[in-house]
Amino acid sequence: MALARSTAEIAALPPVIDKSEGYWASVWRRLRRDKVAIIAGLVVLALILMAIFAPYIAPADPLSGRITRRLRPIGTEGFPLGTDELGRDMLSRLIHGARMSLLMGVTPVIIAFGLGSTIGIVAGYLGGWFNTIAMRTIDIFYAFPSVLLAVALSGALGAGLTNALVSLSVVFIPPIARVAEAVTTQVRNRDYVEAARASGAPGFTIVRVHVLGNVLGPIFVYATSLISVSMILASGLSFLGLGVRPPEPEWGLMLNTLRTVIYSQPWVAALPGLMIFITSISFNLLSDGLRSAMDVKQ
Amino acid sequence: MSSALISPLDRGGPAQPLLTVRGLVKHFAVKGSVFGAKAVVRAVDGVDFEILKGETLGVVGESGCGKSTTARLLMHLIAPDAGTLIFDGEPVGTGGLAMREFRRQVQMVFQDSYASLNPRLTVEASIAFGPQVHGIATRAAIDRAHGLLDRVGLDPSRFASRYPHELSGGQRQRVNIARALALQPRLLILDEAVSALDKSVEAQVLNLLLDLKEEFGLTYLFISHDLNVVRFMSDRVAVMYLGKVAEIGPSETVFDKAAHPYSAALTRSMPSMDPDNRTEEAPIAGDPPNPINPPSGCRFHTRCTFAEAPCSATPPTLAAVGIGHKVSCLMHEPGSGHSKAAAS
Repeated sequence: MALARSTAEIAALPPVIDKSEGYWASVWRRLRRDKVAIIAGLVVLALILMAIFAPYIAPADPLSGRITRRLRPIGTEGFPLGTDELGRDMLSRLIHGARMSLLMGVTPVIIAFGLGSTIGIVAGYLGGWFNTIAMRTIDIFYAFPSVLLAVALSGALGAGLTNALVSLSVVFIPPIARVAEAVTTQVRNRDYVEAARASGAPGFTIVRVHVLGNVLGPIFVYATSLISVSMILASGLSFLGLGVRPPEPEWGLMLNTLRTVIYSQPWVAALPGLMIFITSISFNLLSDGLRSAMDVKQ
Repeated sequence: MSSALISPLDRGGPAQPLLTVRGLVKHFAVKGSVFGAKAVVRAVDGVDFEILKGETLGVVGESGCGKSTTARLLMHLIAPDAGTLIFDGEPVGTGGLAMREFRRQVQMVFQDSYASLNPRLTVEASIAFGPQVHGIATRAAIDRAHGLLDRVGLDPSRFASRYPHELSGGQRQRVNIARALALQPRLLILDEAVSALDKSVEAQVLNLLLDLKEEFGLTYLFISHDLNVVRFMSDRVAVMYLGKVAEIGPSETVFDKAAHPYSAALTRSMPSMDPDNRTEEAPIAGDPPNPINPPSGCRFHTRCTFAEAPCSATPPTLAAVGIGHKVSCLMHEPGSGHSKAAAS
């Protein structure tokens, strides 16, 4: 085994910096080095798979229970995570709950991210009277407490899953638009945007090439922090009969119904909250990792 | 050599100024009290000058005198309140030269080399952006970027796919120069383009600018607060004070035989190279007056050692005192009432 490599071997080695490496390949290379983000990403992936394959994974029917075996503690024979106040298997309910909870947590944030960042970026880039009108209108919505706004909108639109998703989306547009407007206003005044304007580029091209890449990261990270808020608000709507209805398993709703047994079975009652916590922190850490991986300075 | 100086876009011949600036005004509104008159900063308050083809016009002045605002007005990065620009005989904007075409022919290099490059774009993408906007195919634009990188002294095979943070200040400013040249402009505005560089790098970049000027037949508007650099670079110099041109003329005349007391004070403030002939005291004291409420009459009269009664009443006009040499000072205006002025 010769230690020295032949010149042919050295020539065949990949260069230290691969010039042909694309932007997304370099993002992946940096993301791979970030252990926390990778673990968070795996947890998110597991949650999604759990939601998709819930009927195959869950050991029991999440909807049927017997009142005679209600409120079993964690570790009971046949019910590894105990049973709820109606004697249903907690493990199965938590697995099935991932479906509705992810839907209620993620969908409004995605919709609000699309609309809110569009409003914020356009307002921030154009500035002037358009900014004033758009942002002051946004501020009117922002002035309401988010719970109140979600409940009021849901109530006005009528009960139902779709209406709950719509009202939650509306609730999250103002905060995302404000963050988007703030970062865009900063970027707009940088010299490279001025240089792009000086080259005669149309506004849309400048936003696409020079603004978007520099503002989406911070907005993205902020938006993922809203996923957990969305889950909690959704559970509040469910509690009022405006969103998901019992006996459908949903973590927020489960947290609400189990709160009556917090003194007799605190550990079982805490399980849905733990799931919400794990989901939200995983999304948050993943997006934070993505943001720094998308930063070319790393 | 001389053929390189004649651009195919040249219209009026060498005698016609490349850019004529007439009565350029920009006032910025200041948030004042709810009642009372609205305050404005008179950043640029009636500026006239011409940039001749193939020359370097230096612009000097203290901080806040309107140098950078003038540059941004020329680029139409901010809209002027009044004034006209005539580029090679054609009025810019409505009815004349289209803004898009004007922008292609006038480009700018900014002071902050890092802030003027998009941190998320590679060097070649930043340079190729301008040509792509003007309809050049991506491949051709990248090729042009590589050619320009080579021309500004950066090996394309090493630097083209780097990001701005991987370069030094001098390298970044070379990239900025390449980016500005990518649109094949005729006029390059250099707004404190070398001020942030350390002295040895600054000298290299200045020499590069001189080479590029000759090779591409460029005209420079060179803005700086560093008088030695301006003297080294410029054919003619304009001295600005509080949003107005105080004196404009050939470089040697302005630096050696300044006619305006402010220009004279500026040139006296240049550090001397001779230890036996040190600059002992500050030639002018104090800060420039507030541009929100500039002094009446001549704006310099509050700090001028020659100020007399007429100076605070009559605003001087920019008038010729020699060949290509104009001064805005009552001492050079016959019949102005100043004791040093010739009687009319």
